[in-house]
Amino acid sequence: MMLKIRDVHKRFENTDVLKGIDLDVEKGDVVAILGPSGSGKTTFLRCVNFLERADKGTINFDGITVDMPTATKQMIHTLRKKTAFVFQNYNLFQNKTVLQNVTLGLTAGLHMNKAEARDIAEDALRRVGMADKLTSYPVQLSGGQQQRVAIARGLASSPEIIYFDEPTSALDPELIGEVLAVMRRLAEEGMTMLVVTHEMEFARSVSSRVLFMEGGYVIESGPTAEFFQHPKTQRSQEFIHSLLSARE
Amino acid sequence: MALPFLSIPANIITNITESRLFGILWESLPRLLSYGIRVTVPLTIVSFILALLISVVVAMIQYADVKILRQICRFYIWVIRGTPLLVQLYLVFYGLPSVGITLDALPTAILVFGFNEGAYMAETMRGALQSVSVGQVEAGYCVGLNYIQIMWHIVLPQAFRTAFPALSNSLISMLKGTSMAATITVMEMFRQAQVINGRVYESLGLYTEVALIYLLFCTLLTWLQHKGEKKLASFGGTKK
Ligand SMILES: Nc1ncnc2c1ncn2[C@@H]1O[C@H](COP(=O)(O)OP(=O)(O)OP(=O)(O)O)[C@@H](O)[C@H]1O
Ligand SMILES: [Mg+2]
Repeated sequence: MMLKIRDVHKRFENTDVLKGIDLDVEKGDVVAILGPSGSGKTTFLRCVNFLERADKGTINFDGITVDMPTATKQMIHTLRKKTAFVFQNYNLFQNKTVLQNVTLGLTAGLHMNKAEARDIAEDALRRVGMADKLTSYPVQLSGGQQQRVAIARGLASSPEIIYFDEPTSALDPELIGEVLAVMRRLAEEGMTMLVVTHEMEFARSVSSRVLFMEGGYVIESGPTAEFFQHPKTQRSQEFIHSLLSARE
Repeated sequence: MALPFLSIPANIITNITESRLFGILWESLPRLLSYGIRVTVPLTIVSFILALLISVVVAMIQYADVKILRQICRFYIWVIRGTPLLVQLYLVFYGLPSVGITLDALPTAILVFGFNEGAYMAETMRGALQSVSVGQVEAGYCVGLNYIQIMWHIVLPQAFRTAFPALSNSLISMLKGTSMAATITVMEMFRQAQVINGRVYESLGLYTEVALIYLLFCTLLTWLQHKGEKKLASFGGTKK
């Protein structure tokens, strides 16, 4: 097991948002995190990458076990080096070019030399089809292009896992496809991914496993085909049904 | 520099004709300009650099929410913004010697101008820092940067760009504000105009002249500001 997450709890002021989330991820898994709005999907992902401090829970990553509420800066830094995070609204560095967006983490964060970082960055940008925009600034790109640069920025550090928080939700419908295509290719190449998404078609065809959350609990967790064909709980059945009827 | 009119007795000066007035203005021009360039401009630049340093430190302390220091910063801003610059100058120059702190006029002016404008600029900088989206900071952490690297590479450059027009305004208002140093005996451009006027009694003419020189300096600064804004805009990309 590559990533083992246990009993994650998170409370904001006086609402319990996560009430004990467990998740196991094998190398090469693509886990789709599904659930209605407000169920805590984003919060869970943010806790796992320490953008938010969980109140309780442990992460075991490649054999290293970390207590989430008490993890030290050093520990967090070590874990983050193995991971990448793709945000809903891209969060590209606005004062940096496309190339600099990707190299900054390599030179400043991972202490690579400039030439090496540039090679790696160009390669990552080629993989997302953005190698022809090296000197553009984020404001000069479409949302889909920005999100692909953000994915390249994550890829560049050769992470063992990439977390995606609704990577296509901020995009115009005609731009969603290009980003999903990149993610689909990454999945085929064996990249381990944790994807919060409302794109059911993508979840159904690309993910290997599903984590269905509601109200801060895991309602159902299992292989994708099983989840969509034979949902075990009534809530998952209703959820899938509502999505199917919403599409019609 | 020998200025012939300065030795003319006062009773003759009262009979000055129009052509004489222009003679006086013409002869005092190089003198005023020279004080402007040798005193007013350097005083402005040094005070502004001090103000800039103060403002960045004060804004960053608040941005990072450093506990007790944050309160001290708020107190500093509250006091400075709530009291007149002229009173601050008097307090330091005429007031502090009675408790044993005696500063020369010029250092007093630099300190007071720096700390005064620094408070206003700190508020500008704080707003500019906060205008950089939190998401970029989080993305910085996610690609392995630490806090200082994020501030240095991402937040501060964007904040400076945002703050640039307001900081330029501060610089311009500071340039004009240095005339107040005259009240604590700093021999700068305006004080020089007062001195000349004390001998020739041409208030309207001389003060118009010195006003025009300030206007010239400020116009130059405004021109530089536009240049700078253009440069900054190309750096970071323009929307298509
Ligand atoms: N910083 C915060 N402070 C207070 N409450 C928060 C905060 N962040 C999230 N919440 C609350 O936690 C709950 C879960 O939010 P979260 O964003 O994790 O849901 P989600 O499943 O990602 O929803 P969506 O599908 O709409 O993105 C919501 O009720 C939200 O209001
Ligand atoms: Mg969300």
